[in-house]
Amino acid sequence: MTQFLSAMLGLTLSALRDLAPIILVIAFFQVVVLRQPFPDLLSVLIGLLCVIAGLTLFIQGLESGLFPLGEALAQGFAQKGNAIILLAFGFCLGFGTTIAEPALIAVADEAAAVAAEAGAIANDDSARATYALELRMVVAVSVGAAIVLGILRILKGWPIHWLIIGGYALVTTMTIFAPAEIVGVAYDSGGVTTSTITVPLVTALGVGLATAIRGRNPMVDGFGLIAFASLTPMICVLAYGMLAS
Amino acid sequence: MTEFPRTFADALLSTLLDVAPIVAILLLFQLVFLRRKPPNLRRIAAGSVLVLVGLALFLIGLESALFPIGRTMASQLTAPETLGAERLADGIDWHDYLLLYAFAAAIGFATTVAEPSLVAVAIKARDASGGAVHAWGLRIAVAVGVAVGVALGCFRIVTGTPLPWYIIGSYVVVMLLTFRSSRTIVPLAYDSGGVTTSTVTVPVVAAIGLGLAASVPGRSPLIDGFGLIAFASVFPIMSVLGYSIAASWLARRRKSRLSKEA
Repeated sequence: MTQFLSAMLGLTLSALRDLAPIILVIAFFQVVVLRQPFPDLLSVLIGLLCVIAGLTLFIQGLESGLFPLGEALAQGFAQKGNAIILLAFGFCLGFGTTIAEPALIAVADEAAAVAAEAGAIANDDSARATYALELRMVVAVSVGAAIVLGILRILKGWPIHWLIIGGYALVTTMTIFAPAEIVGVAYDSGGVTTSTITVPLVTALGVGLATAIRGRNPMVDGFGLIAFASLTPMICVLAYGMLAS
Repeated sequence: MTEFPRTFADALLSTLLDVAPIVAILLLFQLVFLRRKPPNLRRIAAGSVLVLVGLALFLIGLESALFPIGRTMASQLTAPETLGAERLADGIDWHDYLLLYAFAAAIGFATTVAEPSLVAVAIKARDASGGAVHAWGLRIAVAVGVAVGVALGCFRIVTGTPLPWYIIGSYVVVMLLTFRSSRTIVPLAYDSGGVTTSTVTVPVVAAIGLGLAASVPGRSPLIDGFGLIAFASVFPIMSVLGYSIAASWLARRRKSRLSKEA
């Protein structure tokens, strides 16, 4: 019990250190630059306590929950030796976590507004809702495909940089032909797809697979799943913009 | 304060809804295909509960303490009054916004350091590399990349230069750095581009972009407000690759100097 408490104390201190920059930046600009007092200091302090406690619990839970879970899955799949099921799992994980992602819903709605403004679709509620939903589907399928590609890469041991550079070349080419108003949305959609729960799970899965498969190195082969998940949405959203206009 | 249990319950519920698809997929594959109980199941379950409760608390705290101030500051710093309205009358110039670039860089750095998914990747990288990658060093390198990226993204919105030039230019730099880097760091660097823009960074950075695009004359928040996230996802790749190249170059130089002295 004392061991647990001292571990928690250590984690709390490091959470405090993680948050110190934010607090300093906001306090500096608020007090020195904008010369304004903090609105409602008490609720800000309570909120900060919540943030610190939350980050502490989250990191504790990562080490005892999400990481072992990802590793156990990777080991289970490696022992089964059935690549099709592993790839199906990867697709479902990518698709399922992305379709419900709140940040993506927000971006898709804004993108629909942009498209309506630019005249690519009719400017009424139902046209915008359809566009936003289709965009979310496109991004979710592309993240699923990204995880599949990333797992294939780990299984085969392909070098990552050729795939990523190929993807960059594709994005560059498509940017020339895609309608201008979709480009900003497409570039941003790569960043918003990877949520806080998905990242630890997917990373642990990748590193676990690379550890379990003979001849793979966890550093060289284990990382990279997230990189694919942030690249393919850009390609697919650009393609969607070209087809929809 | 009386409403706290309610807010907490709401946040916990929405976190639960977010993870429901993940849990469903995990259960499906576990029960149907793997059919083998993972070891330490109770510990994993307890850890997952900690993750959920922690994330919910984290989000409530951010929503009640930091985001409102961050958003207000973003709109105040982009407002014409802060910059001196009479100066703006005769057209805007990119250096009228120096204060905003400083704020964007500082807040980009600070939010990235606190980003939980980056913490997760940094811990995993440290363990997978047997300690060769420092978790804290990686996070600082990523945060520096986000800071530079967001500041440059604000500069782009102010000047109204086309987004693809910057992003495609960054791709070229990333490719060049990739070929100079050691093979072990490249996948991690590519990953760090995707994890930086998550729970903490996206809301604040998006608020800066929208506020800036709304206040700079001639920019539309709909068209020009996008793109900051893209900057924040490409620049960390460069900074992590650059950091590793610099670190190995320094190590080589120190080694060669030592062997010369010996």
